[in-house]
Amino acid sequence: MALPQTKLDATEARIAVLDMPRGGWSTTARTAALARLREMGLPGRRDEYWRFTRPDTLVQPEPPAAALFDPRETAAFDAIDKLKIVFVDGVFDAEASDDLTLEGVTIERLAEASSDLHWAASLYGQLEIRGQAAVPRPLAALNTAFATDGLLIHVTGKPSKPISISYRHASETSDAILHHVVKVDAGAEATILENGPAAARFNKCMEVDVADGAKLHHVRTQGRDHERRAATHVFARLGAESVFKSFTLTANGALTRNEVVIELTGDDALVHVAGACVGDGDFLHDDTVFITHDAVNCESRQVFKKVLRNGATGVFQGKILVKAGAQKTDGYQISQSLLLDEDSQFLAKPELEIYADDVACSHGSTSGAIDEEALFYLRSRGVPEPQAVNLLTLAFLAEAVAEIEDERLAEEITTRIEEWLIRHRS
Amino acid sequence: MLEIKNLHVSLETEDKQILKGVDLTVEAGKVHAIMGPNGSGKSTLSYVLSGRDGYAVTEGSATLEGADLLDMEPEERAAAGLFLAFQYPVEIPGVGNMTFLRTALNAQRKARGQDEMNATEFLKLIRAKAKELNIDADMLKRPVNVGFSGGEKKRNEILQMAMLEPKMCILDETDSGLDVDAMKLVADGVNALRDGGRGFLVITHYQRLLDHIKPDLVHIMADGRIIKTGGADLALEVEQHGYAHLLEEVA
Ligand SMILES: Nc1ncnc2c1ncn2[C@@H]1O[C@H](COP(=O)(O)OP(=O)(O)O)[C@@H](O)[C@H]1O
Ligand SMILES: [Mg+2]
Repeated sequence: MALPQTKLDATEARIAVLDMPRGGWSTTARTAALARLREMGLPGRRDEYWRFTRPDTLVQPEPPAAALFDPRETAAFDAIDKLKIVFVDGVFDAEASDDLTLEGVTIERLAEASSDLHWAASLYGQLEIRGQAAVPRPLAALNTAFATDGLLIHVTGKPSKPISISYRHASETSDAILHHVVKVDAGAEATILENGPAAARFNKCMEVDVADGAKLHHVRTQGRDHERRAATHVFARLGAESVFKSFTLTANGALTRNEVVIELTGDDALVHVAGACVGDGDFLHDDTVFITHDAVNCESRQVFKKVLRNGATGVFQGKILVKAGAQKTDGYQISQSLLLDEDSQFLAKPELEIYADDVACSHGSTSGAIDEEALFYLRSRGVPEPQAVNLLTLAFLAEAVAEIEDERLAEEITTRIEEWLIRHRS
Repeated sequence: MLEIKNLHVSLETEDKQILKGVDLTVEAGKVHAIMGPNGSGKSTLSYVLSGRDGYAVTEGSATLEGADLLDMEPEERAAAGLFLAFQYPVEIPGVGNMTFLRTALNAQRKARGQDEMNATEFLKLIRAKAKELNIDADMLKRPVNVGFSGGEKKRNEILQMAMLEPKMCILDETDSGLDVDAMKLVADGVNALRDGGRGFLVITHYQRLLDHIKPDLVHIMADGRIIKTGGADLALEVEQHGYAHLLEEVA
């Protein structure tokens, strides 16, 4: 089907300002991705999948400028022992980064892994293609084609500390495109941390292959610069008895669209995807999740909580697809918002599509204000109203934070939220 | 301590008068009981005193040690020394009981210009008080009142009271839903706090509780007014004859 002219124009205008890195093993995948992108066209306002979130600023050739946050507070995960890798406006910062060697894992940069034969070639852009099957995700295809750098992380054992990727934002007009590939071998286990505002506009893709019996923990915070924009994708494929747990805290940012696409391909696998976001004012946060059960006895769990105030908007689109034969599927999805005033809104579209008969799937979506009874109870014990509201807000988000397995990381996230709540107290 | 004068209260949303002129003074060191049929306005009185939304005071006043209670936010009333043990304690999922109490205690101390209590001191104190009330460590860790039995909730109210050491304690049917042993614990908790400087207003349906907490005065409330005041034996009279004859007496 031919694309509408406006879409064609928008797509070509965007492509025109990008350069495809040439040479090496990724060229084939990049060229194919570009063709894919041209076929789909970049998202427009009329696209069903972008019904609640206007993609204009993610699509236009140059990003809107984003002021830099005054970084007086310490960065997330500061106190955690980790292998630290830093990108500034999407450019690798060797000086600020640790040496990329750690037992149990090999880490290379996409921009430098130029050999013709590379393990990542079988994954780069490949999980993204699979994720395009049900719904087009053109920003991910754009990413595969034009990513300037990223990390190729091959987990072969159990690294002793988390691999941490910090994204710093230094230029008000930066436009960053990064693509990571993570392969976790059978029986291996690792934790990946991500944090920071990254750029004025950030397009990030992470393809994750979790082999049989492997485990990957992913905890990220999307920082704080109010005007930054981001479109991110996680494409994960899970083997038998594998585990993937991903948690995201989003604080501030004019626009964030986090798409997570999971395929459960081996029996007895488990995936947990959770998110907490706090938005004040000019803030739109969109979680778009698509989980496909294609094996027996797998569990998927989605827990998304959003706190919105001063006209902030939260979006949740979540789908569980249970294919024929994916018996004994246990699918759970909850999306909830706490609206701290009447100007804020939460738009949710939960979906179930089930082709197997022996499954247990549930989903729920709610939107509510602060519980007045609880607020009065706290105040009657002497807790001042703003502090009581914060306590209840934190309690609301706690269910999502509880999805993080590692207690220290969970504490770290809670601290972030507390700090935000204090900064944004009414 | 607590002085209520000619208090008239209506609902904010509908034109319904609930308290129709309540006069009541609780002196420091005294225990007053309020008894009365369901719907007579006992809980409304306790809510209005503690500052809950939804009520409009149309006439009258209420002061605590001379300070105008009705002019204060609920948290200010608490810091001034007022405490209400709720008839229906509220469940707060996600907020740990311990965190809740420590936040409350330190907020009150801060409001009064005192130093915050550090974690070690607080833990020591709460453990001791919880033990007296037969509240186990698990209950302290759980979210506030979530999954607590009726009796546990009431004991938790008394624990809060013991920790916050208010000057004026209002207990709204703290005895309802308690078995004999639990009632004894609650009564002991209250009696432990009795001293010359503290006032109590104990709202109850039954005389039972008053066997354990000896009141100095008993008031009977009906249809938004205190219709009779007497000594401890007034509670016995209610227990034996019910409210009907008292109501007739005044009618
Ligand atoms: N928020 C409210 N909304 C509607 N009616 C109320 C409210 N609060 C109290 N009432 C009414 O006021 C009267 C007194 O209630 P309450 O104070 O709870 O009495 P008691 O505690 O003595 O049983 C009852 O008729 C009750 O239905
Ligand atoms: Mg009552």
